[in-house]
Amino acid sequence: MSSQAEMVPAGGRSAFAGGWRRLLRDRPLIPLTGLLVLLVVGLEVASPGTIKPAWVGSTIRAAVPLALLGASQTLAMLTGGIDLSVGTVASMAAFIMATQTGQLGPVPALLLAFLAAALAGLVNGIGVGIFKVHPLIMTLGLGLVILGLMNVYQLVVVTNGTNIPPIIDWLGSGTTLPFLPNNLFLFVPIALLIIAGLRYSGFGRLLFAVGDNPVAARLSGVRAWQVLVGLYILSALLAAVAGILIAGIVKTASLALVDQSVLPAVAAAVIGGTSIMGGRGGYSGTIIGALILTVLTSLLIALQMPEAVRQILFGAIIVAVAAVYTRIVDVS
Amino acid sequence: MESRATDGPNLPARLRHWAQRNSWTLALLGLFGLILLITYIIQPSYGASELRALAIGAMPLAMAAVAQAIVVISGGIDLSIGSMMALTSVTAAALMKNQPEASVAIVIGVLVLGVVLGVINGTLVVITHVPDIVVTLAMSFVWAGAALVVLHTPGGASADWLTGIVSGSIGSDWIPRALVTLLVIVGVIWIPLRRSSAGLALYGIGSNRLAAFRSGVPVGRTKVFAYMLGGLFSAFGGLALTATTGIGSPVPGAYTLLGVAAIVLGGVSLAGGRGGIAGPIVAVFVLALVRTDLTLLGANSNLSTVVQGTILIGVVMFGSLLTMRRAHG
Repeated sequence: MSSQAEMVPAGGRSAFAGGWRRLLRDRPLIPLTGLLVLLVVGLEVASPGTIKPAWVGSTIRAAVPLALLGASQTLAMLTGGIDLSVGTVASMAAFIMATQTGQLGPVPALLLAFLAAALAGLVNGIGVGIFKVHPLIMTLGLGLVILGLMNVYQLVVVTNGTNIPPIIDWLGSGTTLPFLPNNLFLFVPIALLIIAGLRYSGFGRLLFAVGDNPVAARLSGVRAWQVLVGLYILSALLAAVAGILIAGIVKTASLALVDQSVLPAVAAAVIGGTSIMGGRGGYSGTIIGALILTVLTSLLIALQMPEAVRQILFGAIIVAVAAVYTRIVDVS
Repeated sequence: MESRATDGPNLPARLRHWAQRNSWTLALLGLFGLILLITYIIQPSYGASELRALAIGAMPLAMAAVAQAIVVISGGIDLSIGSMMALTSVTAAALMKNQPEASVAIVIGVLVLGVVLGVINGTLVVITHVPDIVVTLAMSFVWAGAALVVLHTPGGASADWLTGIVSGSIGSDWIPRALVTLLVIVGVIWIPLRRSSAGLALYGIGSNRLAAFRSGVPVGRTKVFAYMLGGLFSAFGGLALTATTGIGSPVPGAYTLLGVAAIVLGGVSLAGGRGGIAGPIVAVFVLALVRTDLTLLGANSNLSTVVQGTILIGVVMFGSLLTMRRAHG
């Protein structure tokens, strides 16, 4: 980065433009936060009186599961992969938890849900890491397998009914003190762990290394398959947390619970500046990306856009943000 | 891509060469035949009308797979194919319900719409430099939203002649008309294209972008061309949906991702530059027939999803194992 910075031409407007561009490139969080603030201001203009503590609380509550699913995508994308099985894994975890709580009690049910998710992640990791199956295909195929198995499971446990344990209900939809959603108690430690882990831990750096230059990583003695197996297990566990939180919000669980959030999760990571080609990005951007997408949805609803127009604008804005981003980062 | 033995005098050698180049597709055809045999064993009454139903059911996905195959061969990927199919399908259905007499013009118009959608996708990929997967993912929202604008709930109608060209059979009872229509449409467009310089350019930018650029291939324009063909075949897929169901539905089916599955099964490399169109089409029929078999066996219909996913992963693993062995030995 520093060597690129010295190449910025001196003098007048170009230096200003270069500095501006450098700021955007080196500190992507600043423009992203600017965009977020802009959207919030736009929402307040569009529908005055919306922005109050309760709104902040409900926005954060909705953004947290998306940010967790975005974490799966961010980590996978850093290695040059993608995890499209997060939707089914998250739904599966929530569904197992909800259907087993009545039989086994909340804690064993939760453990079972996480165990199933970890198993799914392990299979993904073995496929991608050892058998070198393309991540898109591996996670997509495993998603199909899990969906089918869960449909069979659903018939088996049809008499169980779904119960959301009180603790999950509290985490998912409760608020503490005035307005802060309780899911922050879970999310803040996870987020800090991911951000710090990516920056300071060996595993975090290996993720970047494998994604940035797999050959160089292999020649430096990195066993890429171990990194990938670890990554996909972690990704599935994060998805399971997201699914269980969503179940806590909507207070029920179904096999299609999380389907709608998979592509927005990829979008959150992309908007947040993580490159789908691997080796570049970070988690703090994804969190802002998830907030941007959540606020954007509220804004479009506040403007009374019909569902159809909302979708169109949603897509157009993702392309626009990604295009601006790529332009800034690529020109060096 | 490989040099053709056009001047080779002896036919057997050329035949062998052809078989070698198409070994994956031929193996898939063999697999299809095997599964067909199993189908007869399970259900001795499985006959012409069931084959027709198979061809009709497989047609939309086959078109989606062709669209995806062309884009992937050129080194991209189009995650908006399912949405483009929904948009073209509802447009056709809605217009044909209101003006049944103009159905020929409507079909042509819908195909042009597909071309325009594809050109927009491709142009965005080329001018923004954003990875294909991100652009087309975002555009899938746009096209699905547009489909909802056209028709909020499933509805519309299909012209009689359009339904006619996918139902029934031609000549013998055993030749489903849907299959013939599919092969004619794909063949008329793809075979001349593949032999042209534009077709070669598609493979060129897919296998080595820089080398293609340095050999004078207009990379950007070829990429837009690939997405345009993807849009065109998505429109054919949308029309096939309308023709086979008689209505248009604004909710995109799983055609994008199933299409990716089919092309990988069909021997197209996701890295670009390798594979063809025949393999993916055969793969679509293999997947459809496996689902039929599971239904015939009385298996829980959900298990067919499991089997599809397992086949997908298994075949790709097998393929990559073969590649690894070749690389080592």
